[in-house]
Amino acid sequence: MRRMGKIAVIATVAALALTGCGSDDKKENGGSDSAKGPKVGLAYDVGGRGDQSFNDSAYKGMEKAEKELGATIEEAKAAPGENDDIRAERLRTLADAGFNPIIAIGFIYSPAAATVAAEYPNVKFAVIDGYSSTIPKAPLDNLSDLGFAEEQGSYLVGVAAALKTKDKHVGFVGGTHGDLIKKFEAGFTAGVKSVDRTIKVDVQYLTEDPNDGATGFENPSGGKDAATAMFDAGADVVYHAAGKSGLGVFDAVQAAGKGHWAIGVDSDQYLTVDAAQQPFILTSMLKRVDTAVFDFVKAVKDNTAKPGFTVYDLAADGVGYSTSGGFVDDIAEQLNAAAEKIKSGAVVVPTDPAKVK
Amino acid sequence: MNVLRRVLLGLAAPVLALIVAGLFTTLLLLLTGDDVGGFWDTMLSWPKNRNLVNILNSASVLYLSGVAAAIGFRMNLFNIGVEGQYKVAMFAAAVFAGQAWLPGKLNVIAAVLVAMIAGAIWAGIAGILRTTRGVSEVISTIMLNAIAGPLVGYFLAKWGQSTGNSTQTKPIPEESWVGGITIFSDSVTKLYGLSLLAVVVGVLFWLVLNRTRFGFDLRATGSSESAAIASGVNTKRMIVISMLLSGAVAGLVGLPVLFGNSHNYGASFQAGLGFAGIAVALLGRNNPVGIAFGALIFAFLTEQGNLLNIMAGISPDIVAVTQGVIVIAVVIAYEVVRRARTRIEQAAVADALAAEKGAAA
Repeated sequence: MRRMGKIAVIATVAALALTGCGSDDKKENGGSDSAKGPKVGLAYDVGGRGDQSFNDSAYKGMEKAEKELGATIEEAKAAPGENDDIRAERLRTLADAGFNPIIAIGFIYSPAAATVAAEYPNVKFAVIDGYSSTIPKAPLDNLSDLGFAEEQGSYLVGVAAALKTKDKHVGFVGGTHGDLIKKFEAGFTAGVKSVDRTIKVDVQYLTEDPNDGATGFENPSGGKDAATAMFDAGADVVYHAAGKSGLGVFDAVQAAGKGHWAIGVDSDQYLTVDAAQQPFILTSMLKRVDTAVFDFVKAVKDNTAKPGFTVYDLAADGVGYSTSGGFVDDIAEQLNAAAEKIKSGAVVVPTDPAKVK
Repeated sequence: MNVLRRVLLGLAAPVLALIVAGLFTTLLLLLTGDDVGGFWDTMLSWPKNRNLVNILNSASVLYLSGVAAAIGFRMNLFNIGVEGQYKVAMFAAAVFAGQAWLPGKLNVIAAVLVAMIAGAIWAGIAGILRTTRGVSEVISTIMLNAIAGPLVGYFLAKWGQSTGNSTQTKPIPEESWVGGITIFSDSVTKLYGLSLLAVVVGVLFWLVLNRTRFGFDLRATGSSESAAIASGVNTKRMIVISMLLSGAVAGLVGLPVLFGNSHNYGASFQAGLGFAGIAVALLGRNNPVGIAFGALIFAFLTEQGNLLNIMAGISPDIVAVTQGVIVIAVVIAYEVVRRARTRIEQAAVADALAAEKGAAA
């Protein structure tokens, strides 16, 4: 403890040098009592808003909650190289500041949310893509995991890719080679093969290191290299599930030129790319993180939040595909038929690439 | 008087560096139009007890990483590979402990040894390459870092278990957890049992460095390799041994969290501690006490920076900038202080000589 004193001394010296700056009396935002709606804390993983994909979709849901439920939002961003303690502390800080519910974006928060939910029984926690409710020994009634049937949405864009490829050759670019992204690959491949078994599917992950999210999801140049290699090898449709790295896939398809397509992920990416790239975005696999976030905030407000797993699948409109640009309008019939088969249970989409027949 | 001056000169450099870093960060915040007052309010607020415990936990991990780097630095051996070494070692220890071949705490002791051996082997590759093939350890350790990630990823995919969207090694049985030490009764966080490894390593590092022939050889080689060879030091042997030791200590970095919190190797693995350790070692001048000081400062900044987002609406990335500036500033400050000290000493000698002459005349 003596060392702490030393630090304090030095910190104070630094403070003295800066006293002129310390008089600003700004308090934390979100603390006003006048707000009627719920105060929602949103904790992102590294990267945060601006990926035009997963995280932005979560924020879109929050904007809706702000408008329709009068919610106030506080966003907390992660820094690189964190462990569960740092994540847990972020959730605690939000809880201490009076935010309820608290939504953590990304399965990486699962252990931290499980720890903190036990400490704050009156605050509702949700983890997007999470598995937090499997961690505590006794189930907690303030801890929810909001998951998605990514394989179902990916299956549909796989069908679209198979119907659009002229060279019978498509590709998939994944971020990190982990269980989550494998679901996208499995669904996509299954969708392609359901149309024509002879279509070749190239698969490339940006990193084999499951902990290296930076190389996997924040690496547009890596995404561009991977997609360019596929286009060079003769593929003409490439689907990505690689977050911000996917922006590089769009650069690659633009460079490859007419007759080549890219498929976006999570958000409707046709709407966020440059106008010059729009003619190349065939469709996007929609993962309605916005719906999940909004529904959860609303449920907490109405006191109907459900603990444990909630899976947003095709039937619940939790996944799907976008039609912006109108490039899949001519195959809408086949896509609807495939969607109906999944909803009725006639087709069960595999979640493991090894199980795609 | 002399003691006081030495202490003041010793403290001058780090204090100077902190002030420079503080000023630079403030300037940066002013330029980006962020809330400077909120920044300092948050950073300098006294941490809650639970945050103090977090600071101690992360400082002990940083300390281990810093000592691992310092062992090499002390003999001008730049082990940049602590990052890869602790990754490989933590994975090996997690796999080993998860098998539960040994009961209870015996499992922990064996896993600690496994981690040290794994880290030593990974670092030893660079040592052998340097002595037998003259490959710069800077290059080889960087390459080994790049290999470590995919290698561990491959085995994790092969042997790991899936929970939801995450893959991790088989959890360590509860009887082998090294639970928390309660420091404050009102704190929900606890000190990891294996954080105490940092104390053990720190004491051993000091003893070996200052009280053994090996430590003397190490420092001699670092000061002047040719002089060391002339006085009979086998520098090749020294290089391999220091790399092995450095790697063995690096192997300990992941263990406090592994046995105290995560109980498996998986998605929650904390990357970047190896590089942070290099910065901490630089900050602490490769000195056992100095590194502790550096580790605490870094841990303090990171913990407080975590709150910035919520309390002041500032991106926590700014703290990484502050940490970087501290390291650069401290290197410059040490040089400035060293020159000042030389001048003071020269002046003192000149005064003494003048006084002697005066007395003689």
